[in-house]
Amino acid sequence: MAFREYKVGARMFGFSLGTSMCITLLFPSFDIAASVSTDVALDKQLSAGWDAGFQLKDPLLLGWNKPLKVLVKNDPVTNQPLAEPIYAYVYKPGTSMPNGATHTDSLGEGVKQLSIEQGKVKEAKEASGAVFLINKSGKLPYMENASATRGWTPGDVLKGVADEDISHVGAGKTMFVREGCWWCHTLLPEQTQDWQVFGAPPMLGDFNGESPTAFGSDRKGPDLLHVGSRNASREWMMLHFFNPRLVQPHSIMPRFDYLWGDKDASGQKIDFDKWRAEYNDYREGKNPSPPDVPVPAKDSEARKLIDFILSLK
Amino acid sequence: MLKYLFAKNEDIPAGSAAIFWGFSSIVWFVIGTGLGSFNAAKLAFPDFVTGNEMFAFGHMRQVHVHAVIFGWISMAFGMAMMYITPALGNTKLWSEKLGIWNAFLWNVGLSLGLTLLWIGMTSGREYSDFPWFIDLYIAVFMAVPLAINVWMTVLTRRTQGIYTTNWFFAAGVFMVAIVFIVGNLPEWFHLTGLTEAYLTWWFAHNVLGLWITPVAAAIAYYTIPKVTGNPLYSHRIGHLHFWSVVVFYSTPAAHHLMSAPLPEWLKSFASVEGVLILVPAIAFVSNIMLTMQGKWNMFVENLEVRFTITGVLLAIPLNMQGGFQQTRAINWYVHGTGWIVAHAHLALLGFSTFLEGAAVYLGLQTLMKRKLYSLTLGNMHFWMLLIGFSIYWTSMTIAGLIQGAGKIYEVPYIDVVIAEHPYMIARWLGGTMVFISNVIWLYNMWMTAREGTVVPAGRLPHEIAYER
Ligand code: HEC
Ligand code: HEM
Repeated sequence: MAFREYKVGARMFGFSLGTSMCITLLFPSFDIAASVSTDVALDKQLSAGWDAGFQLKDPLLLGWNKPLKVLVKNDPVTNQPLAEPIYAYVYKPGTSMPNGATHTDSLGEGVKQLSIEQGKVKEAKEASGAVFLINKSGKLPYMENASATRGWTPGDVLKGVADEDISHVGAGKTMFVREGCWWCHTLLPEQTQDWQVFGAPPMLGDFNGESPTAFGSDRKGPDLLHVGSRNASREWMMLHFFNPRLVQPHSIMPRFDYLWGDKDASGQKIDFDKWRAEYNDYREGKNPSPPDVPVPAKDSEARKLIDFILSLK
Repeated sequence: MLKYLFAKNEDIPAGSAAIFWGFSSIVWFVIGTGLGSFNAAKLAFPDFVTGNEMFAFGHMRQVHVHAVIFGWISMAFGMAMMYITPALGNTKLWSEKLGIWNAFLWNVGLSLGLTLLWIGMTSGREYSDFPWFIDLYIAVFMAVPLAINVWMTVLTRRTQGIYTTNWFFAAGVFMVAIVFIVGNLPEWFHLTGLTEAYLTWWFAHNVLGLWITPVAAAIAYYTIPKVTGNPLYSHRIGHLHFWSVVVFYSTPAAHHLMSAPLPEWLKSFASVEGVLILVPAIAFVSNIMLTMQGKWNMFVENLEVRFTITGVLLAIPLNMQGGFQQTRAINWYVHGTGWIVAHAHLALLGFSTFLEGAAVYLGLQTLMKRKLYSLTLGNMHFWMLLIGFSIYWTSMTIAGLIQGAGKIYEVPYIDVVIAEHPYMIARWLGGTMVFISNVIWLYNMWMTAREGTVVPAGRLPHEIAYER
């Protein structure tokens, strides 16, 4: 550093960049940290689990290490019907706990205290697994560790439920991230004009504990944040994912038929080549109707993705 | 090149590192634009190569983006730094060996990272899609060694002052390291929610604003005076450019998330700061334009000058768009549409690529002491790049305006998809032209290395461009 100017310059540089970081990182962090989880955020983070992107417990994004969202109709302990069915988030033993349980600060003032004191979330342990509920009885919603408060174990909850009542939302979100749906679809209706068609934009506090948020920046298809309220048909989703052009001839959405895997719901091998040949005949007008779309198997990736999409209310 | 990995530093001919970086960047350019053209084909013809997870759009798009940003643009920067920094300090590169290892590790890391992205291992965060261990690799084996080499070369310079280009280089490598580490905090420490979303865009904005834009501009500060022989018009304006980049460009990250429930003050602040981006832009463009005084004939005659000036001219629409499209008044219309894709390509394929192209052309000829194999192919490369890019930009801008109109008039989405279709095809054609031009470039540079006329000692390649 030959010149005195360079010393001055280096300090000025540090000062400018430091100030800029204060304004763009430090100050907003106070505001963001003050956001209080809404029940939407609790639902999202409890159903998606610890992370839906790359993580050591699911390096290839296959949907491992994910909770299940289960509609519980009977009390798992007493087996008596509940007054009203509720959603429980089942973390089997070994599944990473949700962020709100491990980093309670991220829940925000109020929700944090309730979740710790009433909800006993700190007692939830990965080794034994846990069942969570969203308790909306008071003014603020909170996360309830039903394993501690009501003695519901993951095994008990899963024992009595039908497969239709189990949603693989967390694994489905992983599929959403892995398959790059967010390159074409946003999860963020705009504050200015999207209300009518795509629904209300999200509120502060709707994201606490979610990772990744996968807002997306580019739209080549509709916003999906509330797609489940516009279209709740599992059948339609199934056709649309298998080949979007079955239901929407002009769609540019890619086919996701490979998410069906090898076998369909009845255990039959899916013959993709035959399907495509028949489909091409149909497109060329040689066949009056398209071939039937195989129903995805219970544990197929397609089923998980559809569970996630339908959960976007 | 690889034989030098284990040679003694003194035994490595000066410039080897830069040549390695340069050729790597061209290869990545071919790969990256090839992938871009493939993706564009998929958006135009959705049943093109389908039903295969590995070739799905959602698996390939991020590979394209990372191949061009980290492969082409950043490696071309590496090349520029490897030869311009020492040239301006009247010294040798601090360590050729480190430079060669750096380029080698860069290629290895990037290939690995892109493969993982391709099979779907992603953090799900746009522009910081790499999983965190790749980020760690990038920081430790790619960014830091480059920074060390540039800094040590500047510190061991044999001139008293530091020329403008080198301020930008030195600040750029420093800032990109900071941006990289801070921007990936959500992955290092598993930050979630709005913090994660905001930091994602803080990273995306700053990697463009504090790495790609200033370093690309720095190249013009070297190539124009070097080739035209005119001294830089004004160092004062250079100062203004530098400081306004540091102050204004580092702040508007929130303008990418105008619709998210971020604090309102932050969005307003970002918007205002975003308009101030025009300050460095105007300083830069006017400084270079005025440096050209009396030498405008070289814009036509000389390939490197033509590349540089085209890039600088493209910075004008780029910054006009950039400054204004992020204000609330305009953002609501264009946000999330093809307009932004057009803007991204104006920045990276227009402005920055042309500047890097100049640096790579100039550097490879100077360092290999060989004249360009074929000026005709060079001209072809230039025109195909420019025309292809223009088709791309125009078609995506129109598509974006259609999308924006569809958005506010609440047209059923599918009608927008139908209306955009012709432009998707045009974009694919334009992009494919860019891809083909790069294949030509690679061939031309390869032949230059093998068969280019040797430049006599004491002369510069551009002086003898028209001699046979
Ligand atoms: C190449 C861009 C693209 C990709 C990638 C893509 N989509 Fe789409 N998507 C579209 C377009 C365009 C439409 C509108 C036309 C239609 O209905 O098919 C659409 C429509 C939809 C709809 C219906 C929305 C509504 O309002 O009814 C859903 C649901 C959907 N996509 C889900 C997904 C999911 C899940 C993925 C990832 C597995 C995905 N998309 C990937 C482009 C894409
Ligand atoms: C140096 C050259 C290039 C650079 C630096 C570059 C960079 C980028 C970037 C940053 C994006 C993300 C844009 C966004 O999210 O807004 C992108 C997307 C894309 N690029 Fe390129 N690109 C280059 C060349 C090309 C070429 C030659 C093509 C061929 C057609 C192409 C096709 C695409 C496509 C199809 C997308 C996806 C756009 C979308 O999502 O709508 N790119 N590119």
